[in-house]
Amino acid sequence: MPSFLFWIFALLMLVFGAAVVINRNPIASALNLVVSFLGLAALFMSLDAFFVGIIQVLVYAGAIMVLFLFIIMLLDLQAEKLRKINWVASAGGIAVALALLAQIFHVIGNLKAAQHTFPPLTRSTIDDVRNVGLVLFENYNLPFQIIGILVLVATIGVVVLSRRELR
Amino acid sequence: MVTLGDYLIVSGILFAIGFAGVMLRRNLIIIFMSLELMLNAANLSLVAFSRFHVQPNGLPNYNAQVFVFFIITVAAAEVAVGLAIIVALFRARQTTNVEDITSLKF
Repeated sequence: MPSFLFWIFALLMLVFGAAVVINRNPIASALNLVVSFLGLAALFMSLDAFFVGIIQVLVYAGAIMVLFLFIIMLLDLQAEKLRKINWVASAGGIAVALALLAQIFHVIGNLKAAQHTFPPLTRSTIDDVRNVGLVLFENYNLPFQIIGILVLVATIGVVVLSRRELR
Repeated sequence: MVTLGDYLIVSGILFAIGFAGVMLRRNLIIIFMSLELMLNAANLSLVAFSRFHVQPNGLPNYNAQVFVFFIITVAAAEVAVGLAIIVALFRARQTTNVEDITSLKF
């Protein structure tokens, strides 16, 4: 992938990701998150991970964000009123996030492998759904079935939680 | 050329944005979206490592992509349960602001 495309999509993802946090209206935040996920899917494609990129668009930008928008609509959330901002808490939150970022930069700066470009692939990854499926079903068969149970439990849990009266 | 470090730095910035959202915002749904941002930042670095670690047969290391697949599945289940809890909370309290939910405060 040409590097200017990488920087365009990375910038798109980061700007819209920041807009999720900054926006006051929950619906605007959710739509910004969709654009951020699309930029992330493009970055996955640039890393030759086509299956993960498609799953990102289908599951995240499609299913999960529709769920978010549906709940925002159901709860009828308006844009937040301007509350008195607790400056001490805000400064503390930003300071902790910046400290985390500084530590991440420090670790990546000391990582030898971070200076290297990606080695070329000698085979095409255009059928990587097949390759991911082979690894998934050969090496990770038991975790795959456990994930199936987890999704089933989550479905039942949501039905129980959504009943009119909890007892 | 784009290096592995570029991808890791972008992923780290995205994680920090999500973390700042969790620390700063007071709306439960926005906090939840910021959690999704952090999960996706982890996914990006996993896929970058997968592409960086080319196997002897000339293909990327697919173990990391299977891991990303699991993370996305668990995140979908987590969002469904979490939003159901938020709806139940909203029914009981008519608010999604964390500053109004203080019954467990000591």
